[in-house]
Amino acid sequence: MEKRNYGTAILSAFDYLLENYPEVFVIGQGLWSPWYVGNTMTDLEKKFGVDRVIDTPVSESACTGAAVGASLAGMRPIVVHPRMDFMLYAMDAIVNQASKWSHMLGGQAHPGVTIRSIINRGGEQGAQHSQALHAWFAHVPGLRVVMPSTVADARDLLIASVLCKDPVMYIDDRWLYDQEDDLPDAIELDLATQRPVVSIIGSDITIVGSGHASLLARQAAEQLEGKGISVEVIDVRILNPFYAEEIIKSVKKTKNLLVIDSGWTSGGFSAEIIAKVVEQLPVNCLNNPPARVALPDAPAPTSRFLERDYYISPNDIVEKVINLIK
Amino acid sequence: MKNDLNKLSNPEEFQSPIDIEGFDVEVLMRMLESMVLIRKTEQRLALERMNGLIGGPVHLGAGQEAIAVGISQHLQSTDRVFGAHRSHSHLLALNPDFYRLFAEVLGKSTGFSKGMGGSMHLVDQASGFYGSVPIVAGTVALAVGAAMAAKMQKTNDIGVAYIGDGAVEEGVVHESFNLAKIQNAPMLFVIENNLFASHMHISLRQPSPMISRFAEANGIPFELVDGNDVVAVFDAAKRAICDIRSGKGPRLLELVSYRFYGHVDWRDDVDVGVERSLDDIENWKARDPILRLSKSMLDCGFLSECQESAFDQKLDKDIDKAWNRAMNDPYPSDEATLKYVYSEEN
Repeated sequence: MEKRNYGTAILSAFDYLLENYPEVFVIGQGLWSPWYVGNTMTDLEKKFGVDRVIDTPVSESACTGAAVGASLAGMRPIVVHPRMDFMLYAMDAIVNQASKWSHMLGGQAHPGVTIRSIINRGGEQGAQHSQALHAWFAHVPGLRVVMPSTVADARDLLIASVLCKDPVMYIDDRWLYDQEDDLPDAIELDLATQRPVVSIIGSDITIVGSGHASLLARQAAEQLEGKGISVEVIDVRILNPFYAEEIIKSVKKTKNLLVIDSGWTSGGFSAEIIAKVVEQLPVNCLNNPPARVALPDAPAPTSRFLERDYYISPNDIVEKVINLIK
Repeated sequence: MKNDLNKLSNPEEFQSPIDIEGFDVEVLMRMLESMVLIRKTEQRLALERMNGLIGGPVHLGAGQEAIAVGISQHLQSTDRVFGAHRSHSHLLALNPDFYRLFAEVLGKSTGFSKGMGGSMHLVDQASGFYGSVPIVAGTVALAVGAAMAAKMQKTNDIGVAYIGDGAVEEGVVHESFNLAKIQNAPMLFVIENNLFASHMHISLRQPSPMISRFAEANGIPFELVDGNDVVAVFDAAKRAICDIRSGKGPRLLELVSYRFYGHVDWRDDVDVGVERSLDDIENWKARDPILRLSKSMLDCGFLSECQESAFDQKLDKDIDKAWNRAMNDPYPSDEATLKYVYSEEN
């Protein structure tokens, strides 16, 4: 089977969609430049034309709104925000318009727009080039939120997002781009039926994450295995609407729960996972209090020295697990 | 003739009957009937809101009917029209079904938005009305995107955004002007300049009352028109829409008008005290677009008083019937709140 990395898996999703669906177009800033979006969109405009891969004025708000409007008119647009931080200019189009359109108009029109938003941090970029705001979007009914963590999901969940009739926030993380894996042929998944999946089977503790946090969990699980601790890792994949059944099943077995999240701790998605699981567990099911590893409640620092502590490493997770279940 | 905004915004000007010489009588009649239908529908809404039968806010546009009516004569059902909080006229000018508007405002499942939207969230895509929402300027970029889609789909459809003079103070409107121009999108920006944003007169909000200056800044051809002269609106819209459909890119129309009611609900005086005086309201009522057209038509013998009152009486009766029917219609079912969140649940 072909080995691919996460970044080029995204590229192959764009290829697949633009090739097979004439109503798909892509719009966003930096799409004709090689460095805004890494290796995920290389030469698409040369292959499919600048009318279908549209680089835009510096106008996140209008471009996102335009994509929402185009989706109401029968197109399947993908808006690309090379950094989530800048996408905040487009909050009205995302939260007030796209997410509520179907509901407030009686389910008669659906903005099937995909908003691809990239978490792009580290490298001393600081507070405004770093944010992972998936928890905000997962709070909004009507907006599907997708965070692929594996190479295959990077491609297949993007395809599923674009083919879905609802607005979708697809969030990828540049720290995942170099991850390599076998890539089977593309498939068209029904996004509405996708659920969290068990990526590693284990018996001592359940570790849950999404996006890059999920990769960290897998890396920590490998280290813990060497220390005789068997970890079950669950990759959330779809944050909204969020279905916790798979996680609950796992926690009933392992009786320990740790959540990893690349957003801030307070009010973060880690809290939603723990709440939804604990609400449905029998009393005294857990051997230890549920725990989480997420970012400190502070904006990202710039200095390399501070950054090292600020972001989560697999070692942080290993340490947390050992402290938790020892 | 080039219009002057200071003159257009002076309520003591432009009160005479409008010039209808050589104009198609059938079209005049159609526009008059459409305007009267919208006016009477809104008057009923004002009355029932005052009576307490309507639970939510209604933003009435009485006095501004000529704008939507003049423009809609040139629209086709495959165009993509977007409105805002004050959009009853925008919808009714495309689809005169006041029964479904009443049902919607009453939150009934037979309404335009199946009772999920009320007065501020309306849709009727079959007639080209893609939607209206109350976030000021929220749909302007959506309309540009729908226009861009029309171009990609190689149709001759256009996008239309109704925008108030207050909405142009939102940044996204300027982004949208620029994007529409740079994309050469088939897009009509309709500026309804009624001189007020809620309670604030334009002189307290902007250094110039003329919104068209932003069209100029973005290289978008525009016309400044008396928004209370339905024939002038019709003619300007015809020129603009013809250009847009033939691929010449976006156009902007600025139509100066005035609303008879306050910002929201039935009172006409809630805005008085800033710059709006009762004298102004009275003067603007003398510039009533319906009055001016019907007077011109009566003067020319295109319409008789007898005809006019027969039409009014029949409409009053139909409105009564529609209101009572809507009152007896069912509310959405219990499941509706969760049912419409995602498409799969339908």
